[in-house]
Amino acid sequence: MITRKQWTTISEFLIETTIRICGISAIIFVFGIFFFVFREGAGFLFSKWEPLKFFFSTEWYPTSVSNKRYGILAIIAGTASVTVIAMTIAVPFGLGAAIFISEFCTGKLKEFLKILIEFLAAIPSVVWGFIGLMVMNPLIIDLFRVPIGLTALNGGIILSLMAIPIIVSISEDALKAVPDSYREAAIALGITKWQMVYRVLMPAAKNGLLAAVLLGVGRAVGETMAVLLATGHAVQIPGSPLDSVRTLTATIAAELGEAPVGSDHYQVLFVIGIFLFTITFVINLTAYLIVKGIRVQHGES
Amino acid sequence: MSEEQEYSIETKDLCLYYGDFQALNNVTVNISNGKITGLIGPSGCGKTTLLRCFNRVNERYGNVTTTGEIRILSKNIYDNDVSLINLRKSVGMVFQRPNPLPISVYENVVFGLRIHSKRKELKKAQLDDAVEKALREVYLWDDLKDQLQTKGTHLQLEQQQKLCIARLLPLKPEIILMDEPCSALDTEATQAVEELMYSLTGKYTIVIVTHNMAQARRVSDECIFMLLGELVEHTRTEDMFLNPKHKKTEDYIEGRYG
Ligand SMILES: Nc1ncnc2c1ncn2[C@@H]1O[C@H](COP(=O)(O)OP(=O)(O)O)[C@@H](O)[C@H]1O
Ligand SMILES: [Mg+2]
Repeated sequence: MITRKQWTTISEFLIETTIRICGISAIIFVFGIFFFVFREGAGFLFSKWEPLKFFFSTEWYPTSVSNKRYGILAIIAGTASVTVIAMTIAVPFGLGAAIFISEFCTGKLKEFLKILIEFLAAIPSVVWGFIGLMVMNPLIIDLFRVPIGLTALNGGIILSLMAIPIIVSISEDALKAVPDSYREAAIALGITKWQMVYRVLMPAAKNGLLAAVLLGVGRAVGETMAVLLATGHAVQIPGSPLDSVRTLTATIAAELGEAPVGSDHYQVLFVIGIFLFTITFVINLTAYLIVKGIRVQHGES
Repeated sequence: MSEEQEYSIETKDLCLYYGDFQALNNVTVNISNGKITGLIGPSGCGKTTLLRCFNRVNERYGNVTTTGEIRILSKNIYDNDVSLINLRKSVGMVFQRPNPLPISVYENVVFGLRIHSKRKELKKAQLDDAVEKALREVYLWDDLKDQLQTKGTHLQLEQQQKLCIARLLPLKPEIILMDEPCSALDTEATQAVEELMYSLTGKYTIVIVTHNMAQARRVSDECIFMLLGELVEHTRTEDMFLNPKHKKTEDYIEGRYG
């Protein structure tokens, strides 16, 4: 007969093991993905890869019959332009919203706004892409009198809407972590609300806010589906926000299905994948270290 | 400070509610100009609440209702034309836990000047002067003159609390409110802060909340005893400790509750 106590021990053991397996598998998956991406690209990376041409040539002709060229500069420019536009919009609005929610709202309104932001975060990216295609496209054509509305601007706006929820929720956490005693001190000295924001809260929460922005950038750089639909798919260095562009992610998504498995083209796409992986990894790691830095500082005092 | 006024703080029938809970009940009190007034009473009797009425920082919690009248320097602070910013400029506050801002000592001291003046109006020399003067007044100058760039939050607690007093001074406040300013400090630091208070007498009207009977006795000229949101007794400190008028005051002073 198994006693109750033994049962408890056994079930605890099972639960603990399950949780541990889940945790370990998460790590294995990440490494597994990296390994897979790396393996697929490795053949090209170590034999035919020419870093200079790869990074500094704008000529992306992976399917040319006579002369295949794999320069991703224009595609990097595409990703960069879309990200810059997205951040130009998302940073002020995201930080502004976070400050508003955390410092100027109370009660029901605060709850409502937080739910709204979470709702925004839950919209699938293909839906955003659809909005870019069906709503933003005609809007941009009308407003700017351009032939095509699928542009860097369109993708940037869509991406900003996708990055804002992350920026808001992490910034809000950072502001919440500012000790209330700082606010009291400043209020008792006669500070205005606006001065409070830029003289007390921003400096005190600056690391957290920076991390929020970085994670927003990470989101923008890594996003695929929405930009694929909204940016117009032209490999070129954009001269203005109203030019069509193509991003790194969109290139992979669009071309991988057509590239014969194991071909140079196929492998180059994986090299782009490694490059993207590295960028987002560095961004996230930096954000993580900044946030960890905050913890250490708070621990001291 | 204007000499003709006898009282810097006057309240009449002051009641304060946190939601439905009444924390102050018809408090009518006149606090003398240029003196140190002690505010004593058992924990939860409303000392902090009363103190925080005088610069209206209670209002940051949305659920506070106040009725009655408060006059600071003869001006009703609930009048529509009162600027909270100017009120708080002339009524400084020191908190229970030292709360310097996470910026340098120097910036802590000039923080008030920075928020109350336009950038152009502030000359470097003038700020340097203000810092030296304020730090000298709280006896921190000799200790800190070489570490003005240290973060205020990295100082010892005693220095932090003195810094919190120093940062009020450049704004030339008339009144300084202190809420148990020594409760986070050890005996020596407490003594140092008390000495500092003595030296400030006459220049400022000081209201100090304290849990410590001996401290109230040492530092204050007048004393107010509160119980359950009501003012029980307000007299000269000596009188209160030698022959309290009310039984409850006597019991409290002798440590029968609190
Ligand atoms: N922000 C608040 N919301 C609700 N009740 C409060 C708040 N602050 C204080 N109180 C209540 O008001 C009463 C007086 O508090 P307080 O003024 O802090 O007392 P003291 O400083 O004398 O210990 C206490 O019963 C306390 O629980
Ligand atoms: Mg208190």
